[in-house]
Amino acid sequence: MSLFWLVVIVLAIALVGYVVGRARALASAGGDMRDLHSLPSYYGANVAMKAAVPAFLILVLWLLVQPFVIHSNISDMIPEGTIGEGSSLGLVMAEVRRTAEGLENAVAAGQISDDFARNARSDFTDITTRLKEAGQIVTSQITQPIMRAAQSYRIMLSTGNFYMSIVVLLAAIAGALWGIRETKADFRARNTVERGIQVILFSAALIAVLTTLGIVLSLVFNTVEFFRLYPAMDFFFGLTWSPSFSGRGGSSELGILPLLWGTFYISFVALAVAVPVGLFAAVYLSEYASSRVRAVAKPMLEILAGIPTIVYGLFALLTVGPMLLSVFGEDGLGIMKAGTAVMTAGLVMGIMLIPFVSSLSDDIINAVPQAMRDGSYGLGATKSETVKQVILPAALPGIVGAILLAASRAIGETMIVVLGAGAAARLSLNPFEAMTTVTAKIVSQLTGDADFASPVALVAFALGMTLFVVTLGLNIVALYIVRKYREQYD
Amino acid sequence: MNEMPNLEQASAMTSSKISAKMVQVFYGDNQAIKDVDIEIQPRSVTAFIGPSGCGKSTFLRTLNRMNDTIDICRVEGSIEIDGEDIYDAKVDPVQLRAKVGMVFQKPNPFPKSIYDNVAYGPRIHGMARNKSQLDDIVASSLQKAGLWEEVKNRLDEPGTGMSGGQQQRLCIARAIAVSPEVILMDEPCSALDPIATAKVEELIDELRENYTIVIVTHSMQQAARVSQRTAFFHLGILVEEGSTQDIFTNPKDKRTQDYITGRFG
Repeated sequence: MSLFWLVVIVLAIALVGYVVGRARALASAGGDMRDLHSLPSYYGANVAMKAAVPAFLILVLWLLVQPFVIHSNISDMIPEGTIGEGSSLGLVMAEVRRTAEGLENAVAAGQISDDFARNARSDFTDITTRLKEAGQIVTSQITQPIMRAAQSYRIMLSTGNFYMSIVVLLAAIAGALWGIRETKADFRARNTVERGIQVILFSAALIAVLTTLGIVLSLVFNTVEFFRLYPAMDFFFGLTWSPSFSGRGGSSELGILPLLWGTFYISFVALAVAVPVGLFAAVYLSEYASSRVRAVAKPMLEILAGIPTIVYGLFALLTVGPMLLSVFGEDGLGIMKAGTAVMTAGLVMGIMLIPFVSSLSDDIINAVPQAMRDGSYGLGATKSETVKQVILPAALPGIVGAILLAASRAIGETMIVVLGAGAAARLSLNPFEAMTTVTAKIVSQLTGDADFASPVALVAFALGMTLFVVTLGLNIVALYIVRKYREQYD
Repeated sequence: MNEMPNLEQASAMTSSKISAKMVQVFYGDNQAIKDVDIEIQPRSVTAFIGPSGCGKSTFLRTLNRMNDTIDICRVEGSIEIDGEDIYDAKVDPVQLRAKVGMVFQKPNPFPKSIYDNVAYGPRIHGMARNKSQLDDIVASSLQKAGLWEEVKNRLDEPGTGMSGGQQQRLCIARAIAVSPEVILMDEPCSALDPIATAKVEELIDELRENYTIVIVTHSMQQAARVSQRTAFFHLGILVEEGSTQDIFTNPKDKRTQDYITGRFG
């Protein structure tokens, strides 16, 4: 039974449960709704909830656990000796999975019989050729142990799925029956449903938190693995970034400092553009603009925030870079060699951040009580005096928070850098030279066919971890400042 | 409003500080104030009373053009202070507001130190030549507001950290510091407890010697206690205006009588 139909059937059971529960509740009160503890729909919802929630929970858990169980069973079947030189158990297992899928698809397409898929031995029949003829992807010659493993993999998967369907359906039916049994006039269905809703909402929040944890853990394991292969001191304090993809990272120099320098330099340029422009735009919109101008200008400004960053990257590459080059390049001042430079990426990233700074600052400026403005105007202050001396000081902590949030976006930005700043890791003060950032290097380390066991690829995780820690720190500081600001007017 | 004889009006004009004639105020299409004529005497307290929404605060805010900050607000008619039309194109509303100060319903000290709150106005108007002169202005303003003894040792502390009554007196000191001629007060005691209210009322009575004060209040007792003249507004119309004693003991209009005896409002 496919997953889709399983879900549909569970939902159908829940729906039937809802109708039955509702009818039974009404019947138990002799058809008079007023004698029930809760509204009839609550009794129905109680039954539906008890049918669907545990069943789906079991389904999800089963789907999460099953691959691990099968994997550990199958990997025992593969003898040590058959794992070839330069290969690993993971690669062999991938081969097993591909073969199993190939068999399954071929059976489904009717090109080989189920019996053949179960029992064929690769030393008797040329299974590789037959699978290839059936249009399945097979990368190498299928050996006897792999075939065996694939066959049992396929069988375990189908029995696993079969039992899963049974268990899930039983859970749904049992839950529905439990709910229906409970349904009596004095049963507090409303309170039960309320608790159920609380559980559902809590699990939604839990998923978000657990995902964050999962991301951190996935980075941590690979980072630890990297530091086992490459000394941490050299990584954090190395001044050169020159990965060598050929020699398994043996001769690579993987110092993070040039990348961090590029990251902060480009972010600094971006903030130098975004903060004044964004802040002034926010002041204009919230203090000076008439409501008609505001109604048009604010959405226009926020459209900027909706443009995908790759489009900004193109803008940097095709427009801003050549423009800067014509002024600062060889035809002009002669200090810029190519269109890709810190300045190009920084300017465009700054433009990207303008709506971010302005809309956050606008909210914060609007949160300054009108009484402050009245007090200042009442003393004969002009608008700009009021903004400079009363509104900005009152809003300052919040604005600093907004700037820090913008900074952490700038540090994490990738596409603009890839297209606008070049790929050379360099420690230089000249903003018209090409540099690169941590994020851009993560992309280049992981795209391509690098071996995941070498430091050249694993360094991406250490870079990611460093970036994560830096931006997390910035966000914590920003949130702390914003919260402190909020207390002032509550 | 009963028509005053022309002769009396003419004599009132020469001595009055503020003279409003046929003032109309509109918010978009709604008329908030209709045909208001009033003469406000110098160095006295004039109270505006009336039920909520009667336009008394709106009218008060036209006297220093605070309504200019509201986009949809429009004022017609003439308002003269010392014989000068304040809605004339030549008049700078910013200068006007230095001359006609304002104290608001809720105490609104800036999130700055007590000293900086009071020094705010003198600084933006360049009223002090040096630091010691500014110190003098701050000290004398706080003295006039009756706050000096309480705060002289903590001028660096934030103004927002004081009690509500102290904050309101700080706002009065802040208004005095720019040496206005007129002080407008929009329900200055509505957010204060009775003891703080009594202090502010006492202060208003003292300030009368040097300033022209216009106060909007919901409390008829307060109007009776602090003001020399009272104006009763109802539905955007100035119903009756006269000496406080006359208004409270011998109102000419039935609506005034009904309001002060608590029959509506």
